[in-house]
Amino acid sequence: MTTSPHVHDLGMPGTPIDANIQQAIADSVAAQGEKQTALKAKDMKTDQEVRWCPGCGDYVILNAVQSFLPSLGIAREDMVIVSGIGCSSRFPYYMNTYGMHSIHGRAPAIATGLAASRPDLSVWVVTGDGDALSIGGNHLIHALRRNVDMTILLFNNRIYGLTKGQYSPTSEVGKVTKSTPMGSLDHPFNPVSLAIGADATFVGRAMDSDRKGLTEVLRQAAEHEGTALVEIYQNCNIFNDGAFDLLKDPSTGPMWTIPLVHGQPLVFGPDGASCVVRDDFGGLRIAETNQVDASEIVVHDATREDPSYAFALSRLSSQDLRYTPMGVFRSVRKPTYDRMMADQLEEARTEGPGDLGALLAGGDTWTVSA
Amino acid sequence: MTVTGSPLTPGSSAPGGLVKSVVELDRVVIRLAGDSGDGMQLTGNRFTSETASFGNDLSTLPNFPAEIRAPTGTLPGVSSFQLHFADHDIMTPGDAPDVLVAMNPAALRANLADLPGGGLVIADSDEFTPRNLAKVGYATNPLEDGSLDGWQVVAVPLTSMTLEALADTGLGKKEAERSKNMFTLGLLSWMYHRPTEGTVRFLERQFRRKPEIAAANIAAFRAGYNYGETTEAFAVSYEIKPAPMAPGRYRNISGNQALALGLVAAGQRSGLPVFLGAYPITPASDILHELSRHKAFGVRTFQAEDEIAGIGSALGASFGGALGVTTTSGPGVSLKSEALGLAVMIELPLVVVDVQRGGPSTGLPTKTEQSDLLQAMFGRNGEAPLPVIAPRSPGDCFDAALEASRIALKYRTPVMLLSDGYLANGAEPWAVPAVEDLPDLSVEFATEPNGAAKDGTPEFLPYLRDPETLARPWAIPGTAGMQHRVGGLEKADQTGNISYDPANHDLMTRLRQAKVDGIAADIPPTDVDDPDGDARVAVIGWGSTYGPIGAACRRIRRSGRKVAQIHLRHVNPMPADLGEVLRRYDRVVCPEMNLGQLALLLRAKYLVDVQSHTQVRGLPFRAAELAAVVQDVIDSTGDTK
Repeated sequence: MTTSPHVHDLGMPGTPIDANIQQAIADSVAAQGEKQTALKAKDMKTDQEVRWCPGCGDYVILNAVQSFLPSLGIAREDMVIVSGIGCSSRFPYYMNTYGMHSIHGRAPAIATGLAASRPDLSVWVVTGDGDALSIGGNHLIHALRRNVDMTILLFNNRIYGLTKGQYSPTSEVGKVTKSTPMGSLDHPFNPVSLAIGADATFVGRAMDSDRKGLTEVLRQAAEHEGTALVEIYQNCNIFNDGAFDLLKDPSTGPMWTIPLVHGQPLVFGPDGASCVVRDDFGGLRIAETNQVDASEIVVHDATREDPSYAFALSRLSSQDLRYTPMGVFRSVRKPTYDRMMADQLEEARTEGPGDLGALLAGGDTWTVSA
Repeated sequence: MTVTGSPLTPGSSAPGGLVKSVVELDRVVIRLAGDSGDGMQLTGNRFTSETASFGNDLSTLPNFPAEIRAPTGTLPGVSSFQLHFADHDIMTPGDAPDVLVAMNPAALRANLADLPGGGLVIADSDEFTPRNLAKVGYATNPLEDGSLDGWQVVAVPLTSMTLEALADTGLGKKEAERSKNMFTLGLLSWMYHRPTEGTVRFLERQFRRKPEIAAANIAAFRAGYNYGETTEAFAVSYEIKPAPMAPGRYRNISGNQALALGLVAAGQRSGLPVFLGAYPITPASDILHELSRHKAFGVRTFQAEDEIAGIGSALGASFGGALGVTTTSGPGVSLKSEALGLAVMIELPLVVVDVQRGGPSTGLPTKTEQSDLLQAMFGRNGEAPLPVIAPRSPGDCFDAALEASRIALKYRTPVMLLSDGYLANGAEPWAVPAVEDLPDLSVEFATEPNGAAKDGTPEFLPYLRDPETLARPWAIPGTAGMQHRVGGLEKADQTGNISYDPANHDLMTRLRQAKVDGIAADIPPTDVDDPDGDARVAVIGWGSTYGPIGAACRRIRRSGRKVAQIHLRHVNPMPADLGEVLRRYDRVVCPEMNLGQLALLLRAKYLVDVQSHTQVRGLPFRAAELAAVVQDVIDSTGDTK
């Protein structure tokens, strides 16, 4: 009952879709015509009123995603967006795809079950810094190490917004909030470092307001087979306004932003005055371009198998956001969990699908005659 | 030991001119006890298989510590396996053993109190060394000091005879010693006329990559059998005739195995892929192990990073059109509570298996208990009702898994399946069902809009309910035009959009409850066993107490008194006629392996003065003790019939 050719695959030819599921999809096609893949941004919108605070960075990201998704050529019904809890996690309600607004921190686990059993779908997780890195930290790292085919968008505003302004696991030390009147004590996570530490096969970072840069990272993340994590710096204009102004302000942004372009030397700053070179301890450091030989400047290679380089890149920036690399840190190919799971099922069926009668009567049996 | 006949064959001659007699028995309870490393569970399972294939009815009770290897020779390290087998239909693993096999002093010390006077002790005399005796506080050797005079004791040098039998194999002493459990099994196989071919085949299969180990174990097994035949220590062997059973094909099955096969069958009969998300936990892990072997049936098993991811992944798979399943034990259910609430809210099929163990907290991981009933009923925030099903015997776990899946799929709801440690590890003969006799669980996914927007364009309403079942439509990703969003926030009736409207929340809360309550119309009436229909006392139970309660009722009826047995498979909702049934009886007794959880529910729901009888010893009830309790209640009614 289970082996059948794929109906619509997303770069995974031969994906087995279980027969009943395939039938439901075929029935809907029969009733409503062929799958529509020529879509526009407006096709991605729902009739639900968007309820983020006016001026929230989430609006910008929503618009960018709605504009970008149609370019993938995937039908809306083949996309699923799973979220957890928090401001960003309202995202699925505004997308005309399948969606689940689940429980706090668990979206990667739920998406894992969905993606592993339905490799024909394009599965997305939308999460925030509290959702993904605090209550859901465990699920995030395990999703990354397994390399299930899904794309995780982590909106990092470095604050808890929906609960009205407590510090988050990405807030800088000393953050004064309602729950930390004398300043926060915890050392924050660097989400990119964490993801690379978990052996993530794709890690990128983008800025909410940078439509072009964000779209480019999203495109590469969507095309990546396996778990892709994209950290999106997102401004919370109510509880942490201006958190990323150092990078956004045209007068300071170029000085402190390191654009990551695969195959290009890591040169940045006004007039390319700064660059990235290797330090004496296997890591990376910032140098003045005119003080080093051109051959010493690191040429960005996101495809390096060894994660130490990408990790070193992620350590260039500190809590105050100076020297923040933006773009794709790491993009390597590894077999995906869902693909390998499908392969094991195929292998188990090489001699045909299971025979229930034989299974039930397995082992030592005896017969009682009348 | 119930001896029902005199020696059968007045003189079966064994080599050496020994004359051995055969005694026919109607039932025997054997307890094998040894160190955790002695292989008692394996020995017990093999003896069970031999017994099953011989055609006796049987029931088993494995009992082992949570520690994998407690210090050798100590009391906490004792592992035991009790097997009750008979020439007639039996319901429990037996209250007390007739025969105790003690592989060391600790095993004797830990189990002797359960062996009635006159019972047979077979002990490995090699292990009763001063050092081992001291470990468990014996000042002198009980095999020699007369302290066991009230029992029949046969001290056998099991270890040294095993070594002798394997002297030519070239195996080291330590390696060879490990076969002593097979020597013991051989001896018991001779004593009880068990067929031996199955064990030989098993050993060959088990050690196919280590033929020298297979050969050694088989040699030890045969040596044990031959020793029984030739020794003067055992003058009698016993015959227990096969039990009459309904015609058909049988196999021996444990509860966890039956439950796993039931889930595979549910997938096949529903036409849906089974997805199991699970985190290893005693005593549920064997279901994960078993299902992992059935990929050819399209079963996907996912060993999650934790209990929450176990249920989360299963729910994600259900959203995608799979039969989502998660398996765990009590502490795991605690962790899954929030996700269970989400499943209640988004109304998707999900089977949650709780193999209950002693609690609270880590409790008694390897022991049985029924104390998660109220957790299953109410252990979530908000009004979050869900159906609860409980199997009554190891084999019944198969049917219970199918029934839980049926309800989950038909009503789009999480269902809690409450097994327990006793059912999970216990085994019994199971009539292999014909596939075509299994229930049809096929489901239809929603593929076309079921409503219209204000402007008349067709629209999918994910919360427009089936008027009969109140189930919502199940539309899966990939289906065009049916895109919708579900989530934990309160849903507006029909559209499923977020709603904070007070009247809507009241409506939806009541609808979710009504959906679950309505299942009562879709389940059989109360299962009452009241042979003459005029008993005045009823005993009500749920789950694994079925066997002990049934055995207790039989005892009472044998003494000429009347008692009814009521057993619940559907604990939520309960059968529609249950209140009326309970009110027919003057007294209702409810034995439970908790502190009265079902009794609390029955009293609250039906205002019936249910009398609770409880124990939480980590072991099943003893039939004789239950019978005495029920007998007292019957006496108190003044009914002397």
